[in-house]
Amino acid sequence: MRHRSLLERVRLLGRTAIDVVAGLGRASLFLVHALFSRGGVSGGFSLLVRQLYSVGVLSLAIIVVSGIFIGGVLSLQGFSILAKYGSEQAVGQMIALTLLRELGPVVTALLFAGRAGSALAAEIGNMKATEQLSSLEMIGVDPLKYIIAPRLWAGFISLPVLAAMFSVVGIWGGSWVAVDWLGVYEGSFWANMQNSVSFTEDVLNGVIKSVVFAFVVTWIAVYQGYDCDPTSEGISRATTRTVVYASLAVLGLDFILTALMFGDF
Amino acid sequence: MSAEQAYAVELKGVTFKRGARSIFENVDIRIPRGKVTGIMGPSGSGKTTLLRLMGAQLRPSAGEVWVNGQNLPRLSRSDLFDARKHMGVLFQSGALFTDLDVFENVAFPLRVHTDLPEEMIRDIVLMKLQAVGLRGAIELMPDELSGGMKRRVALARAIAMDPQILMYDEPFVGQDPIAMGMLVRLIRLLNDALGITSIVVSHDLAETASIADYLYVVGDGQVLGQGTPAELMASDNPRIRQFMKGQADGPVPFHFSAPALADDFLGKR
Repeated sequence: MRHRSLLERVRLLGRTAIDVVAGLGRASLFLVHALFSRGGVSGGFSLLVRQLYSVGVLSLAIIVVSGIFIGGVLSLQGFSILAKYGSEQAVGQMIALTLLRELGPVVTALLFAGRAGSALAAEIGNMKATEQLSSLEMIGVDPLKYIIAPRLWAGFISLPVLAAMFSVVGIWGGSWVAVDWLGVYEGSFWANMQNSVSFTEDVLNGVIKSVVFAFVVTWIAVYQGYDCDPTSEGISRATTRTVVYASLAVLGLDFILTALMFGDF
Repeated sequence: MSAEQAYAVELKGVTFKRGARSIFENVDIRIPRGKVTGIMGPSGSGKTTLLRLMGAQLRPSAGEVWVNGQNLPRLSRSDLFDARKHMGVLFQSGALFTDLDVFENVAFPLRVHTDLPEEMIRDIVLMKLQAVGLRGAIELMPDELSGGMKRRVALARAIAMDPQILMYDEPFVGQDPIAMGMLVRLIRLLNDALGITSIVVSHDLAETASIADYLYVVGDGQVLGQGTPAELMASDNPRIRQFMKGQADGPVPFHFSAPALADDFLGKR
């Protein structure tokens, strides 16, 4: 490998920093233009409904199936640990808190990035490569309004709803394993859960997390698609980056949000 | 007639750079209104870039781009999209919307920009498709069409809103002789019947020269020459003569600039 002088390394570092800041600036302008610039497109609502279907409804299967499995696994693990302390009746409370506070928003966001985020990036990237975005521009239709905005809103709306469904299905899966299979008393399973879950502390904080994740994941996905090189490699890079950046952003933000919401300082 | 009325598009002192590389340097082009103007030049001479500058999809590094009396790079984003409603572009790939069938592709501009009733949209779409000979293909999806057919559907879409200016990016590439002849006649016919201004970017010399009222030859980031096809054919400029006569030898090199052949083969690079 070629040896780089110190000055060259400093210059490279500076170049990278400028590129990152410029990229963030472009991504922010892109978001502001798509969401807040004046003038809409006709039929905007039907465009949103179509995207809600492809981004939200089509992600439902993976979310529901994962929710059942994760709820079941939580139940099995929780039961085996809690049984050592004779408090297996508290398994309902443990499942509900884990799902509502953490796993619901986080796992849904990760699955959403893989299922819908990558599809959004690839679809938009392909539209760019085949000049469909250029052609929209020349027809006098702003692609940021016609293509990007409905996808952004669809992601913002779908992910929190999917996260809520994930938690509900997870709790149901957990109760099925704990109550019907492991023999935990049904009354104490649900009563413990009801007594320990607070609406503001647990449910609302979980919802806030999923709203933040929805915003970040969808923004990353559509921006990566819109900004990609219009080639096969460019689209492939955009989809990979979407999943990698979105997953890291979700996990990093989850740590920060958890520290702010539940941290003891 | 004022300059604004006489010319549909005017590029004044336009310079366009990609990074440090200059694609166009201080170029002046005036497209007369109501005429067919050809922009010709060898592959890689920046013809498509020129078309994108005229549609303000690219912003010049310096200079002005006037279209219908408006300096496009100075317009706000929403005004620019309004200005483009009067322009139609036929992209080289056709750029049809892959999730819509042929009918919906052609109907698209009408649906987003007008409140016309469905029957009228249907009539207009059928008329436009009839003009390009593809009325029978309304139910096909873009991936069921050949490259040439895609381009003809894209042409029907480009004329759906009856634009004032119609830009064609390499319209003759990949067309069979029958479609080619039809397309050549159609470009001329649309121009004369609808009174629009046509800009044809192409390197197909015979076809472009046969319909163009005026020609620009671009190369090396400059306008090498301009005039009627007959004037350019008779030009003394060796670069234009070489291009117009399709000669391999001349001042315009066939090879992309490269080191000496022997050095490459001997691995000196």
